[in-house]
Amino acid sequence: MTVDAGHSAASRTDFSSNLAGRHSTSARWRLVFMASTILAITFLGALILTIIDDAFGYVLMVDAVDQKSLEQDGVPLLEMDANGLRAVIEENLSNRRQRALNRELPFEERSTADLLEIVLAEIVKPEVVATYTLYESLFNKRAIVDNASTAWPDSTLVFRSWVSMRFLSSSQTARPMTTGVLTAVKGTLLTIAITLLFAFPVGIAAAIWLEEYATDNKLNRFIQVNIYNLAGVPSIIYGMLGLAVFVRVLEPLTSGSAFGVTASGEVANGRTVLSAGLTLAILILPVIIINAQEALRAISGSLRHSSLALGATKWQTIWHHVLPASFDRILTGTVLAVSRAIGETAPLVVVGASTFLTQDPSGVFSKFTTLPIQIYQWTSRPQPEFRHIAAAAIVVLLALMLSLNAFAIVTRNRLRKQKRFG
Amino acid sequence: MFSATRAPYSAILAAGQIKASQMKQEHSALYPEEESGILTFTKRSRPVETLIQAFLFFCASVSIFTTLGIIIVLGVESSAFFREVSLLEFLTGTTWQPTIGMFGILPLLNATLMTSLVAMLVALPLGLGVAIYLAEYASERIRETLKPILEVLAGVPTVVYGYFALTVVTPFLRSILGQDTIEVYNTLSAGLVMGVLILPLISSMCEDALSSVPRSLREAAYAMGATKLETSVKIIVPAAFSGIAAAFILGLSRAVGETMIVALAAGAGPNFTLNPLKAAETMTGHIVRISGGDISYDSMDYRSLFAIALVLFIVTLLLNAMSRRIVKKYREVYE
Repeated sequence: MTVDAGHSAASRTDFSSNLAGRHSTSARWRLVFMASTILAITFLGALILTIIDDAFGYVLMVDAVDQKSLEQDGVPLLEMDANGLRAVIEENLSNRRQRALNRELPFEERSTADLLEIVLAEIVKPEVVATYTLYESLFNKRAIVDNASTAWPDSTLVFRSWVSMRFLSSSQTARPMTTGVLTAVKGTLLTIAITLLFAFPVGIAAAIWLEEYATDNKLNRFIQVNIYNLAGVPSIIYGMLGLAVFVRVLEPLTSGSAFGVTASGEVANGRTVLSAGLTLAILILPVIIINAQEALRAISGSLRHSSLALGATKWQTIWHHVLPASFDRILTGTVLAVSRAIGETAPLVVVGASTFLTQDPSGVFSKFTTLPIQIYQWTSRPQPEFRHIAAAAIVVLLALMLSLNAFAIVTRNRLRKQKRFG
Repeated sequence: MFSATRAPYSAILAAGQIKASQMKQEHSALYPEEESGILTFTKRSRPVETLIQAFLFFCASVSIFTTLGIIIVLGVESSAFFREVSLLEFLTGTTWQPTIGMFGILPLLNATLMTSLVAMLVALPLGLGVAIYLAEYASERIRETLKPILEVLAGVPTVVYGYFALTVVTPFLRSILGQDTIEVYNTLSAGLVMGVLILPLISSMCEDALSSVPRSLREAAYAMGATKLETSVKIIVPAAFSGIAAAFILGLSRAVGETMIVALAAGAGPNFTLNPLKAAETMTGHIVRISGGDISYDSMDYRSLFAIALVLFIVTLLLNAMSRRIVKKYREVYE
């Protein structure tokens, strides 16, 4: 085939007469190939710039009640302590609403941040009338200020970083200005912990079987092909599997009712952190196995032979020599798989992530939400504030994935230094 | 010598004057090489090793249980679905409206094919271009810098791409094509962004295929006076064709199964249209939207999702199998 192509090309063209033309064609196409590469990298740049652009910027707000009218003895609202805030609530909130809030949690037991949240949400009620991206905020500031002073004279214009300590440390609320990612981050970490707890040992064990023990027979070949097939199954199918098996069939186990655990006040019905973690574990298992197999394959046979020759059993050889020698590679492969699990959204939506959680997940039998789910929820809202919140959550998600990868690289390098051979 | 040493032993034995334990001692004193099984060639049983081996095999077979689980779950729920809706109606109906009992998968399948087609139109030429540049033109240093960047592009979660499609690409398309011609949700925008998602997969697989073509082929082409382009396009690409075709099919399979981009940007609501500027829901988008809401487990809505998932599963399985087969069958083997 290749010879034919070369031959026919040679017979069709006269090499010497058109040499300059052929070389300029070659140079032109070189530019085309380079341009496609540059375009691909531009996409990544555009993606990152968009996220940063949306995560910071001016916000134009109008308060229903002027904050200045709420000052107590000259102390502005945002600097008050808990007592001051309690006084503000007593003065300005209807008795009925006060009783309702008190029943949820007595005012005396609430933190200052919590009280401020109530004051802002129930009394001041700042309403966002416009939000701007970072680009607009930097280069169109004059237009923004003019527009604000003419259209909304009472408004306040503040530069807001949508990613803030407050955003990181607050639980989920219904309002974009006060909501946070703590609920989602806790959910993500708990879910991934379950995923790792299950997928890591099982994945490594399966890889050891396939690389070290399995003889070349029909069954083992089938297992191997099957693993490659599973790696190509769309993630949403795993979600369907999780929904049918973990959420419905194994509900007594995954909801915790079989262990006498009842989630406080909330009925999770098997749509729990545990179900989500197990679903993701099944999802990344093939990837972990394939990566671990490659790691084991990279270990030279002489290491195994010398150990066996000294009288070690097969398992002793694997446990004391093959695994330590390949552990850095196994770790890298596992981190890649876990990164994928952290970013997965579709299977968790299908398994039944909660759209709105009033309580942070406290254990494996809690209802759950994760960072990608929150990004999905917030992106699909029509209000522009949620778009900024989604961008901020993306920053948190990418930072989480990046730090995980950095941790893996550092650990791998440390392991490599310690290693005596291999 | 042997007969001399053996004589007293057999004599004692015959006399029956000593106990069995003494006899054994005597025996091992006379034949030390037979002691404690040094010369015993039967395998010693090691219960712990056997147990570990059984555990390892069990872990490996988890993958089989997973496959079985998928097949059983999809099969059972779908068969309940197909008891009420005929297979013919499901595969040929052009309306998907569960509320009035219309279950024709064509609008969903059509939308899936449209987004995937747009994605492949973006990803294949760009991906192949990137691969040719990296494998044939770029210097070692540029290649070592660019490949990790492309890997980052592949590692970004898909929901972030969905966000990008909805907040950047769609407004951009609308500003170019006009607000009236293109809807807020459309398959074009979703397909374009999906193309970017698949691009790293295609480029890295194609680059592997191109790099594995031996150097001698290139050198032979240059020696014949071919330019760099002629060598790449007429010699190397045809030689690596099986790898490129496999990459294309695997990319298509990824596109068909991709969910979050289409769930966010392609539209909510089945729509049988061939116009990529209009909103249309794909198979995956439909599953996510319906299962994300409150759904009762014994409804036709619930079962219909499994029927869609079964179609999705079969399509992607066939594509993946085809991809592997092409690599196996048409790979040019070089010595």
